[in-house]
Amino acid sequence: MTNELVDFTLVSVALLAIGIYGLAVKRNFIRMLFAVEIIINAANLNLVAFGRFLPHSGGQTLALFSIAIAAAEVAVGLSLIIVAYRMYQNVDIADFRSLRG
Amino acid sequence: MADAAFLALTVITIGSSIAALEMRSLIYGSIALMGTLGGIAGFFFLLDAPFVALFQLAVYVGSIAVLILFTVMLVKRELIFKKIEDKRRKFAGIGLMLVIMVSLGAVFLDSGIKTITTDESPVDFRDIGIDFVTYYWPALILMGLILAGSVTGALILARREDVENDQRIS
Repeated sequence: MTNELVDFTLVSVALLAIGIYGLAVKRNFIRMLFAVEIIINAANLNLVAFGRFLPHSGGQTLALFSIAIAAAEVAVGLSLIIVAYRMYQNVDIADFRSLRG
Repeated sequence: MADAAFLALTVITIGSSIAALEMRSLIYGSIALMGTLGGIAGFFFLLDAPFVALFQLAVYVGSIAVLILFTVMLVKRELIFKKIEDKRRKFAGIGLMLVIMVSLGAVFLDSGIKTITTDESPVDFRDIGIDFVTYYWPALILMGLILAGSVTGALILARREDVENDQRIS
């Protein structure tokens, strides 16, 4: 293979950093969900890259599990967004005060 | 050394992930997120994992991104184009991003994974299927139950109880 493992790992680190930036800076609920998706994809990329270079089928299997669970997470996250939007008519998380202690 | 396809996919993936977070319109942002997810699928093709790549295209680009796009369309028009963030927090976030990138990148470049290369043939997708029905079968059943439970939970959460049936028709 012409591409090395460290190349894929560096791309994954960049995606993780961008995702953490999104979670830290954005106050829009939907954009925070985008950031979570980017982080999950960085993890999946690492799983498949290590599975290819070791080589072991476990990496791809775990990536498939991860993709399926992420689908479930997005479904619940989006329904929470819809409920919160219906209650507050806003997507700013600073306005969601019900769970604040 | 990385090849041209890898570099192109890197530019597409990282560029569209930044665009997904930074574009003013949420609709264009979710389309840019589709680009990120598609770029990751391209990386899976480069890693000789076509089964995972097609799964990624079907589940992420095909369903999750479209679901997000439809949710964005439910939001009020002025909220779609409104950017909600603090300026000071943004600079701190950029600093945090750079610190994570540089420190984790330096750790990876300094570690032993730089020497890992492979000439072995890729994993056959039949092995993944065999893994699923032999070693991982309890996890597979659990995953199915979690998916069914989460979709049912999402439907119950998003259900409106204040609207009567006759109002829904009109």
